[in-house]
Order: sequence, then C-alpha cells, then structure tokens
Amino acid sequence: MTQKTMHTSDFRSLDVQSIREAFPIFADTPPLAFLDSAASTQTPRPVVEAMDAYYDTYRSNIHRGIYRISEEATDQYEKARKKIANLINAPRTSQIVFTRNTTESVNLVAYSWGSINISQGDEIVLTDLEHHSNLVPWQMLAQRTGATLRYLEITDQGLLDFTQLQDILSDKTKLVAITHVSNVLGTINPIQSIIDAAHAAGAKVLVDAAQSVPHFHVDVQQLDCDFLAFSGHKMCGPTGVGVLYGKLELLEEMPPFLGGGSMIRSVERDITTYADVPAKFEAGTPSIAEAIGLGAAVDYISEAGLASIHVHEQELVKYAHDRLQDIEGITIYGPEPHQKAGVISFNIDGIHPHDIAGILDTHNVAIRAGHHCAQPLMKKLDVIATARASFYLYNTLEDVDRLNEALQKAQALMGRRKQ
Amino acid sequence: MNIYQEELLDHYENPSNYGTLPDPDISHEEDNPLCGDKIRMDLLVEDDTIKEVRFCGHGCTISLAAASMLTEKIQGKTLTEVKNLTRDDIMDMIGIPLGPVRVKCALLALKVLKAGAYGIKGWPGEEDE
Repeated sequence: MTQKTMHTSDFRSLDVQSIREAFPIFADTPPLAFLDSAASTQTPRPVVEAMDAYYDTYRSNIHRGIYRISEEATDQYEKARKKIANLINAPRTSQIVFTRNTTESVNLVAYSWGSINISQGDEIVLTDLEHHSNLVPWQMLAQRTGATLRYLEITDQGLLDFTQLQDILSDKTKLVAITHVSNVLGTINPIQSIIDAAHAAGAKVLVDAAQSVPHFHVDVQQLDCDFLAFSGHKMCGPTGVGVLYGKLELLEEMPPFLGGGSMIRSVERDITTYADVPAKFEAGTPSIAEAIGLGAAVDYISEAGLASIHVHEQELVKYAHDRLQDIEGITIYGPEPHQKAGVISFNIDGIHPHDIAGILDTHNVAIRAGHHCAQPLMKKLDVIATARASFYLYNTLEDVDRLNEALQKAQALMGRRKQ
Repeated sequence: MNIYQEELLDHYENPSNYGTLPDPDISHEEDNPLCGDKIRMDLLVEDDTIKEVRFCGHGCTISLAAASMLTEKIQGKTLTEVKNLTRDDIMDMIGIPLGPVRVKCALLALKVLKAGAYGIKGWPGEEDE
C-alpha cells in the first residue's frame, strides 16, 4: 500500500456523524457550531490518546537515551516524521523538519536560506493574499539585505492576476513565497503554474500550505516546490508543532537556524560540526508529544480521506454561499465556491464584524472576526475587518443553518441603524 | 448576561457627545490594532476641569458604547480625576463581564482619554492601569 493510492482512490463520502463522535467538544446538545477551523481545528480522541500514551507510558527525551522508553519515544517521534513525509509525498523522510508552526518554518527559511541567497537588489515575490506569517519574515529579510519585495495582486474576484506574473518575474527574482490557499478569501491558488513560471525565471518557491495540506492532497514532488510549510494545529493535531519540507540539496547547503543541543555532530571550544538534516534544524528538545500527536492526526485525516474531506468542504461552502447570499446587506468576499476552499468571509452592512462574532457566540456559533493576520489584504478589500466562517471534516449542513439563523438574529438585534 | 443588552445598544445607536469640537484644548486619537477600531476624543478644559467633550470614530458596539458612557462620566471632572480612572472603573461602568478580546474594545476610549489627558509622553501606559 502506498500513501498516494490511499489519497486518490476509493473516494467515499464522509460519515460525519461518526467522525463527530471522536470530538468530545461536540457532545453538548445543541452542539457547538465550530466554524473557525482555519484558525485552529478541534482535536479528535486518537490524537489526544497518542499524546497521553507518550506521557503515561514512555515519557522521556529522544535521540540519546540508552534505555527502553527513550528508544520508544525516539521511534514514535521518527515514525511521525515518516507519516508526514508520506502525506505530502516527500522523496525522503529527512526532508521533513519539525518546527513550532508555519510561522517558524517560514522564518527558518528566511533566516537560513535567505542569509546565503538574498542580497541587495534581489527581489522576493509575494502576493496580496499572504498571511502575515508569509510576509513579515520576508520584509525583515529585505530590510536586513536591501532586497525588494514585489507583490502579485488580486483581481476583483479575489483571484491572482496572472497577467502581471511575467512582468514581475525577472532574473532579479530569487524567491516566490506564496500561499496555496488564502486564509481570508479561501482562494485556491494555481500554484503549479506559479512554481513552473518561477522556476523558468530561475527563482525558488516557498509554498505556505497551512490552509491546504489539512484539506486536500498536496504532493511536493508533483508540485516541484522548493519549500513547503504547514502547521499541525490546523489539521487535527496539537498546537506547538509544525513542518518545513525542503528540497534536500537546499536543506543541506543551508546554515543552521538555531544553535544548541541535538543539531551538532561534534563541538569544540571554537568550532562545531553540524548534524545532517533534519537534525541540523531541530536544536534543543523538540515538541515530542506534539510531533507524535501530529503523526496520529495524519493517520486520522488520511483514514477519513483527504479527497473526501475536500468534497465535503466544497459542499459546505457552496451551501453557505447559497444560504448567506440572501441576507440583506451582506458582502461575501473572494471567488465563487468552486474556486475556493472551505472559507467564507463576509461583512453585513451596519454591523461591525466583532459584533457579528459576539452575537453569534451567544447562539453557540464560533466564527472569527478581525483582520485574520492579513492587513494588506484588508486594505486591498477596503475593509477594516471581516467576519469569517471556515469548515472542516466535522462540520455539518446544520452548522451552516445555525450560522444563517444566528446572522438573521444579529441583524434583527442590530437592525436599528445609528443616525 | 448577554453583552448585547439594551443599555449598551442604546449607547451604540444613540451615542452621547458624538462629534468633534471646533477648537479643543486636547484632541487625541488611538486605534485598536486587533480590529482597526479607531476613536478620537476632543476636550475643552477650563481650570483643569473638563467643560466639554466629544468623541467620534468607528468600532464595535462595546468600543463605541464604552466611549459614549465615558464621555458622560467625565463631564465636569478634573484632569486629575480623569488620570486616576482605571480599568475597573470602565468595567463597573459597562456592568457586565467581558472576555479578554472585548476588554480591549471597552478600554479603547479610556486609552484615548488618558493619553490625551497626560499628553503622549507623560502617559505611564496601559500596563500600569
């Protein structure tokens, strides 16, 4: 059996009711309508149990302990790495570096790869859709080196404007750092064409996959991306563990990011020989329980089936568009449902997004309101903030109905306009 | 208790002292970087006493209602009294418990007022509230 076969064949629809039984948070009646998985998902029992098993039965540090439970901890930690490599079809397990989250993965590349590859006059291409985590590290790198940031803009439909791409890419372009899926608009970017165009221009590509790897099958060999970053806590895993995938020759030539224990081969007073990848980038005791939990989360979403999860989310977002677009004064941002992931951002005339979220909370409906760590995009949309509902495998059409009903109630409550 | 109760909504819909002053002695504006809410306060001060106050801006129910209630509270107060207002005074004024994010909304008007009353450089800052 290969992981790839598991993801692409045997499509079946999700048994959402039995999935929900694995999440104690949905046990209440009526259940919490949790519509903020783009920020962080809920955790199924098997993930918590995998972490409990570590803490209860083989808690110990990894890699150097010469006793049974330390060997067990090392084995489980490295098995989790293998599961992640399979999930994204990485050629080698050593190309998976554990970090804290997507943000740390991007910073690792910006500091380490950036320090030997970016200099004055170079250009780094970003897009209007970037989360601050895939923007601020590049701004900081540009400030350190004198490089310039260029932005691929979006159209009024919230899609990347491809007509600009050839003008922006040049022999000055050293890196294209792009989100696979917008956390605000849900736009699924055609990153394959962007990676191909960037490579043709001689640039490397980092993909922010925080909103894609949890929701549909991502194959790093097929994409041929140079780096890919994502977080465990957005894919049913725990907080505190994330992933950086990189091409082996790039990871090998990169200097370490953090120095310390575990990342060394030998240390003398004045010089250190570094360990091979991935250990070179994993200084200090890592988030062991969390990595093991993430391994269990990979098993969990793989068993549900990423293709099935994607189809389920498409159904939810299509249904949400249909229901919400009839609300008077609503503006829904971003592309049509078939061009996006399970995210719907909106505003309702006369109601601040904070109030929308606050009123929905009183109806046990959890959504996000704010700038979603994407202030340049808010400016582009000419809004201060939006309300956002986002979906995952455990959400139901009833959750969308409850969202819709709560929005109607919010509108009735706030309907009296300020003069 | 629900934060969307009548008193707050009344302040939000029909705020007291909404607007600007043509020639204020103190005028200050701050925003809440979390949500982009922005409030400006204009004060007319005579003999260290607040004679007139106006506020304007945009924000959610909590931030605008808190600003409206605060302008009522400080009318006729001295600048020293204003400087001594605390987070607890605002929470008492709102009268209902708020989560940590919404507390920031509620405190925005106080932040504007105190920064204005102290002058930017003299204000000891939020942490000392």
